[in-house]
Amino acid sequence: MLPVLSEEVVRHRIARRIAMEFEDGDVVNLGIGIPTLVSDHIPEGVRVIFQTENGVVGAGPKPPEDDLRFIGAGGRCLSVIPGGALIASDFSFGLIRGGHLDATVLGALQVDQEGNLANWWIPGKLVPGMGGAMDLVTGAKHVIVATTHTTKKGQPKLVKKCSLPLTGAKVVSLVVTEYALFRFVDGQMVLEEIAPGVTEEDLKGVTEAEYVTSSNLSIMKGCDEEQN
Amino acid sequence: MPTKVIKPVMSAEEAVKHIKPGSSVMIGGFNYGGIPYTLVEALVEAGTSDLTLIANDTAYDDVGHGKLVSRGQVKKVIASHVGLNKSTQRLFNEGKLELELVPQGSFVERIRAGGFGLGGVLTPTGVGTVYEEGKQVIEIEGRRYILELPLKADVALIRGYRADRYGNLVYFGTNRNFNPAMAAAADLVIAEVDAILEVGELDPNDVVTPGILVDILVLKGDSYYASRT
Repeated sequence: MLPVLSEEVVRHRIARRIAMEFEDGDVVNLGIGIPTLVSDHIPEGVRVIFQTENGVVGAGPKPPEDDLRFIGAGGRCLSVIPGGALIASDFSFGLIRGGHLDATVLGALQVDQEGNLANWWIPGKLVPGMGGAMDLVTGAKHVIVATTHTTKKGQPKLVKKCSLPLTGAKVVSLVVTEYALFRFVDGQMVLEEIAPGVTEEDLKGVTEAEYVTSSNLSIMKGCDEEQN
Repeated sequence: MPTKVIKPVMSAEEAVKHIKPGSSVMIGGFNYGGIPYTLVEALVEAGTSDLTLIANDTAYDDVGHGKLVSRGQVKKVIASHVGLNKSTQRLFNEGKLELELVPQGSFVERIRAGGFGLGGVLTPTGVGTVYEEGKQVIEIEGRRYILELPLKADVALIRGYRADRYGNLVYFGTNRNFNPAMAAAADLVIAEVDAILEVGELDPNDVVTPGILVDILVLKGDSYYASRT
């Protein structure tokens, strides 16, 4: 039986684990949703430079008073850290496409075992547009997916082959869910960490994708820091 | 309109009279930031129709150029994201709106190509996805690139922070976004700003958009977003 987790625990567990991936000085773009929470969990002593595609290098937390002239990609007001820079969209996407970002953290509709990512369009439903996502997954050195393990209806999001239109082909480097962490190593999806209380059998039951299990499989890092 | 050295300062109402029905119009902004709200609201008021709107997104139904879409003044949208404006989705689904979605980085490069005399740009963005369909793909040193063609417009409405009478512009905060690129890619460029200074009052070191690109200056108004962004 998979453990029952509150939405808060799920969101912060995923964000906390992803935040442990970064090194001092890494340049990182965070998408909206769970990825936004990653900045709350950066370990002490690690300076991550957050980039927002609308033109900030060195984005800081929401200021005490809103100034609508400084916003993030999701429209929330933000601060610019001392030492930050404001840039135009062409420069911002030059940084993104040009390989100057260490990582991008995004949500997913589907990820498949080949590292394909779909997160921009459900044909017949919404046509939101890809925004900056296609550029981000093309240019960032590491594409980190932050997603719940299944859809709200319990359908697997980690699948054999994406049925939805792709955002990028063979781009994903890491997937973190509330149950597990998978890394793509030489094109192969590898289970490296599993959350406490989740058995390998439980995990197989909610994962359609085929993966190999690391010989160093461990308990998912950061779960021991959860308050409840 | 001939470009003069000293740029005319007009009301938004006068300025948007230069936009004819059927024009292609670039409008700066990302989400609700950096939109030339006063100009856009005047264009909504003027009711100019059959426009091709070239903007990163279509804002919200009742915010900025989102209103141009929701009020049926737009026949075609070229954008990277339209998810926040329900009217865009609805009109597209009803077959009343043409929609061309472009990845955001490719979108701004197309505008840059249009403004800076390039025949197009080659980008890896979108390769291996449905976006590639119908586009020319060119392989260079073993990597595949999509050929993105230039975008130009009849008019660009842009949002600066301060101008001088030559039309030189500086920007503020995250309002900059697509505005400098668009300033180079349209036949007529109308800039909305917080303040218009005398020639010499802007430090040339700070100028981002040189005044030779700007045709008309308009001071921002006091509507909710115009006054706060």
